[in-house]
Amino acid sequence: MKKILAVLLAALMLFTLAACGGNGDDTTDPNAGGENAGLTDLKIGVVLLHNETVGYDENFMLAIDAACDELGIDKNTNLIYKKDVPEDSACYDACVELVEDGCDLIFADSFGHEEFVIKAAEEFPEVQFFHATGTNAKIAGLANFHNAFASIYEGRYLAGVVAGLKLNELIENGDITAEEAKMGYISAKPYAECISGYTSYYLGAKSVCPSATMVVTYTDSWADLALEQEAAKKLIKEGVVLMSEHADTDGSPMACEDETKAGNALYHVGYNINFNDIAPNANLVSSKIDWTPYFKTIFTAVANGEEVEADYCGTIETGSVRLTEYNDANVTEEMKAKVEEVKAGLLDGTIKVFDTSTFTVTLDRPENEFVVAEVDEDGHLTSFTADAVADAAFTPDTESVIDGEVAESLHRSAPYFNIIIDGIEIV
Amino acid sequence: MKVKTAKEPMIRIAKRTELSTGLSMGIRVGSIVIALLACGLVLLLITNGKISFGDIYSQMLEGAFGTARRIKITVRDTCALLCLAVALAPAFKMRFWNIGAEGQALVGALASCIVVKLCPDLPVALLLLVMFIASVVAGALWGVIPGYFKAKIKANETLFTLMMNYVAIQLVKFFVVLWEKQKGAGVMSTLTTGKLPQLFGVDYGWSIVIILVITVLSYVYMKYSKQGYEIAVVGESENTARYIGINVNKVIVRTMAISGALCGLAGFLLVSGTHHLVKSDIVGGNGFTAIIVAWLAKLNPLTMILTSFFVSFLDIGTAKIASSCNLNDFASDVVVGVALFIILASEFFINYRVIFNKRAKEGK
Repeated sequence: MKKILAVLLAALMLFTLAACGGNGDDTTDPNAGGENAGLTDLKIGVVLLHNETVGYDENFMLAIDAACDELGIDKNTNLIYKKDVPEDSACYDACVELVEDGCDLIFADSFGHEEFVIKAAEEFPEVQFFHATGTNAKIAGLANFHNAFASIYEGRYLAGVVAGLKLNELIENGDITAEEAKMGYISAKPYAECISGYTSYYLGAKSVCPSATMVVTYTDSWADLALEQEAAKKLIKEGVVLMSEHADTDGSPMACEDETKAGNALYHVGYNINFNDIAPNANLVSSKIDWTPYFKTIFTAVANGEEVEADYCGTIETGSVRLTEYNDANVTEEMKAKVEEVKAGLLDGTIKVFDTSTFTVTLDRPENEFVVAEVDEDGHLTSFTADAVADAAFTPDTESVIDGEVAESLHRSAPYFNIIIDGIEIV
Repeated sequence: MKVKTAKEPMIRIAKRTELSTGLSMGIRVGSIVIALLACGLVLLLITNGKISFGDIYSQMLEGAFGTARRIKITVRDTCALLCLAVALAPAFKMRFWNIGAEGQALVGALASCIVVKLCPDLPVALLLLVMFIASVVAGALWGVIPGYFKAKIKANETLFTLMMNYVAIQLVKFFVVLWEKQKGAGVMSTLTTGKLPQLFGVDYGWSIVIILVITVLSYVYMKYSKQGYEIAVVGESENTARYIGINVNKVIVRTMAISGALCGLAGFLLVSGTHHLVKSDIVGGNGFTAIIVAWLAKLNPLTMILTSFFVSFLDIGTAKIASSCNLNDFASDVVVGVALFIILASEFFINYRVIFNKRAKEGK
């Protein structure tokens, strides 16, 4: 067998070496024309940590598809996905592969991809690289490497308002007492992006339901159905009446739907994906980063040969942050009207999400060990030095309490609010 | 009831007494061809006609060998798998079910990273040497622990080595949190030093050469050394081994030290040669895939070059098709699974023959 296989192998090698010669020519071609290529000629490569079965990546893909459709870019020929790419040198390999396939723009969607994208960006200066949730674009000094994120805390805040209004309804109906207004939150990691997200959600709920409290648990994984369902069960035991999440599978809505069907109403607020079909009885609404405006902006800018900002931050104003469709079975018109009111407040600046007068902080709790901040005698923040400039030692470097609010996503798009505030308990 | 007697079933299965080498090779090559065809069919079905049958194979070839860089990556991945398969061979030859290659490689990778974090200022050559030793020792330790308990108290090695994987994963997670580049993110930055240089201008050159040398040495060790013979005897029958004066416990512990050390070496090469960081899934399931790669090669290290190449080729080839047809990684899992299933099934036809009723009457 060895001999036969060896001969086969040799034949294979010869054949492919020949193929390789032919290939070399195509790869240089599209890059050469990249600069002046029209919008519809753009070739786009996307590196995803997971695939379409995982909410965060699905949301990313939906937006790219939508942007391509709206701008007339042919998804079949000009869009290549590399799915399930781990956060190691496989990411670099995937980037190079996309360059070889002739991509003009390459996007990567996960935090741990960043270093490997930068390595590829250094090697291929003629290709534009974009990395979502990353922190290094401003300091990397590369003209072709960019970060992006969105002020999702605004969307979380709105989702929190919906949750708070639901809690009020439960209290009014006598289902729970004001003290029992306890929410659960399944978070992926004890990381600023998650902490900023659940804090803004909690503040939204608290703004309409002052007695609301929240318990948070971590799964330590961005996407793990079993862990998320387990986490949900743990929080149910804590006595929560409403659940939200920052983890990427359907674990949390499914658990809530099961619980609700079993007769213990447990409402659910999602992230990125509309869960009304998965949890028709439990779901209320989801907050969402809509990447479509971002992709359209970038595609157009690159096609026109315009400069792209190093660090793009989508906002509620540009439609990058929004709520998904409400579940009408659980959300009343009154609630929707109140949300619109709050949204208008966020837009005109009368409502600030991280308004320091609305929450207190206990700095000596263990979770806040590494936080550099100061509070007044009532516990309101007066100073918070965030680690907004990436460095190896994560030195807190930038004062972020400005005019009575924590200015989130101002110094860079990726969130840096990482304080655990009072009313939130980690279990 | 149509069947009257149970005496003469429609199909009988009988053990083959003897099979010519030519025929058994023929069955094996045939099974590879059938496996490749089946993979093509599966891909044809799940791509919904986005790609023609012929294109499937040309794309797989292009994905694995399309450019000089792709060839390098295919060879690199083949070697990564090969190293673990070679590491498992002595243990399996001894009938010691080492399911812990994943963990042994992981602690090897972790040890390398710890060395770099502790003494980043050493000259690179010395640093690499220390990393190498640390990884090999760590891997060997991870192998010796279950080996020792197997020898002393007959602890079940399958469960023990499997559990050691989880201990290794948790250890790695612990260290990654210490080193993470942003609080809570759970990922570390790549190391700035302790990287294997190019060899003859080829990336991964060192890894490839080291693994090929180890493969040949391992073949010689298993086939021609006294220790290799002892492993084979212990595997066939512990009582025979004892009878002829082999210290069985010593052989078990020693062999697991070798098996673990080679896994640790694989971990060292992953860190210094490829990824320059450690994370809990850095071995990527290769520790388990290597088991089947080793068995397919009948525990012959040289044959493993072919089997690990075959598995890596399918993996990379389907990944290429997945990206051109908008599929995800599950496609690759299915295809590799189907292929391995068919090839393993061929072993059945090599060891047994299927006799239909008519024939059975004619036969003796």
